[in-house]
Amino acid sequence: MKRIYVKEEWCLGCHLCEYNCAFANSGMTDMVKALRGKTIYPRIQVEQDENGVTYAVSCRHCKDPVCVKSCIAGALSKKDGVIEIDHDKCVGCQTCVLVCPYGAVVEDGSGAAQKCELCLKNSCGAPACVKGCPNGAIVYEERGEAE
Amino acid sequence: MKRYVIIGNGVAAAGCIEGIRSADAEGSITVISAENHPVYCRPLISYYLEKKTDLQRMNYRTESFYADHGVTVLYGKTAEQIDAEARQITLNTGESLPYDALCCCTGSSPFVPPMTGLDTVEKKFSFITIDDTLALEQAVTPDSRVLIIGAGLIGLKCAEGLHGRVQSITVCDLAPRVLSSILDDKCAAMMQKHLEANGISFVLGTSAKEFKGNSAVMQNGETVDFDVLVLAVGVRANTALVKNAGGEAGRGITVDVACRTSLPDVYAAGDCTEYHDISSDSVKVMALMPNAYMQGHTAGVNMAGGEAVFSNAIPMNSIGFFGLHCHTAGSQPEGCEMIEEADDTHIRRLFVKDDRLTGFMLIGHMHRTGIYTALIRNQTPLSSVDFARLRIGPQLAAMGAAYRDKVLKGAV
Ligand SMILES: Cc1cc2nc3c(=O)[nH]c(=O)nc-3n(C[C@H](O)[C@H](O)[C@H](O)COP(=O)(O)OP(=O)(O)OC[C@H]3O[C@@H](n4cnc5c(N)ncnc54)[C@H](O)[C@@H]3O)c2cc1C
Ligand code: SF4
Ligand code: SF4
Repeated sequence: MKRIYVKEEWCLGCHLCEYNCAFANSGMTDMVKALRGKTIYPRIQVEQDENGVTYAVSCRHCKDPVCVKSCIAGALSKKDGVIEIDHDKCVGCQTCVLVCPYGAVVEDGSGAAQKCELCLKNSCGAPACVKGCPNGAIVYEERGEAE
Repeated sequence: MKRYVIIGNGVAAAGCIEGIRSADAEGSITVISAENHPVYCRPLISYYLEKKTDLQRMNYRTESFYADHGVTVLYGKTAEQIDAEARQITLNTGESLPYDALCCCTGSSPFVPPMTGLDTVEKKFSFITIDDTLALEQAVTPDSRVLIIGAGLIGLKCAEGLHGRVQSITVCDLAPRVLSSILDDKCAAMMQKHLEANGISFVLGTSAKEFKGNSAVMQNGETVDFDVLVLAVGVRANTALVKNAGGEAGRGITVDVACRTSLPDVYAAGDCTEYHDISSDSVKVMALMPNAYMQGHTAGVNMAGGEAVFSNAIPMNSIGFFGLHCHTAGSQPEGCEMIEEADDTHIRRLFVKDDRLTGFMLIGHMHRTGIYTALIRNQTPLSSVDFARLRIGPQLAAMGAAYRDKVLKGAV
């Protein structure tokens, strides 16, 4: 399946992906209105290592997802390889935050958990972080691994 | 065609069903379910009382789960006996059921210590099942004074659930602090303060000695009057079926990393078992939903002839009350070093021994804590990562470029 991969040698560390993520999932059409003056809760996090190398981390859509196995509400599931979260079922217990080895589940600012769903459920239809990255440092592609 | 039988219908059983079907699409699966409900999310019963969920959303799986997986569920029936030699079980109805592979997913039962006069209390409840919860909901009114015996996870979750629906809530416990099985004094004090700020009262370091109708006499002489009593002292693993059949059991049914019991073709999973905690290198009952699922799944795959192990089990808890969250994982072995960072709003305690993170206790800041949990689970040598960075906060940056290449440039 297609997943998000990073090319850290191209990452500028500009954090634009975090804003594009928050906007894509805001359900609004005006980016300024959606984000201005607000704390954003992006599902992608830009990190920097000790050598100044930056890269964006988002859900790996694990083949054997420990978050799905751990959710106390049955709110996480795997559909055609995509790890989805059912906002209606989530009670915000944060067990998924405690178990995701990559720190890819975060709180959504309203007491529930959220994670990258590849923009398949919002109006973008394909990852907004990838589309908006000015330097092509995040890609969405098939890398041929057996599932 | 193989015949699979599962005793119990909780999350361990659901994991077992999904594990079996990942390896065998053909065999028959029969589930014996004492509770008259399809598998539901037990931890959500307090969220139900809080009205943050409802009975429909509490279902663990979709309505068609059993049909989709070709499972027959015998509701309202219990297994009474396992005959490991004849490979069959007997039900309370007298029926017997043959099996080729059996999984015992019987969970645990509330433990009520003998207390004088308990029979004089009219409205008393456990807080484990949906039926307990619906009965408790029926019994409380906005004027009720509720006394909860037990300041552990279940008692406090019950307190949070009832908050706002009753006049007052008092929680007592023999232990001197709340959540005594997962938190140390300092962390427990922070949680307790927050609970008190939300109107929950505590009587700690003493427990009820005697009940006289609607009042409890504490061991320290104090009297607490109440209208509704909740007994949340603790739970005991349901081991009897396997034990009586000659299987090994301690405080839980003994299982290995493949979730096999000592009986041939009998597996066990979930709260009814005891198993190896890699963080403390000891055998424990770790009654936790994630572990129950993972054990169930592991058992299911092995029952169907596949090969699976659950070999990195640790205790871990994510628990929150009135908006303050707490994450704990692993253990604090003798002689471990504690690395602490704390202020008024949060505490972070990391426990380190022999170049490994063995456990942590975090209150307040929960961002990306799974990165810490993975260090415990993978028993990562801390000398191989940038621990100074991890002390600032969980981040993949501390794990080195090779690890990053693996997880961010390939499928995991
Ligand atoms: C209020 C509360 C809050 C919790 N919160 C959390 C939390 O936040 N995080 C977490 O990780 N865990 C939590 N837990 C624990 C979690 O619910 C359990 O770890 C999990 O449900 C265990 O699943 P299980 O399938 O092993 O057992 P159970 O869910 O107990 O299921 C066992 C089932 O087997 C049935 N049964 C027993 N004997 C027989 C028999 N002989 N024949 C037929 N059926 C039988 C029982 O009736 C029961 O329905 C909580 C528990 C409670 C009560
Ligand atoms: S949230 Fe974490 S554990 Fe779950 S699929 Fe994504 S990366 Fe894997
Ligand atoms: S926070 Fe939501 S999605 Fe995460 S484990 Fe809890 S209920 Fe499941």
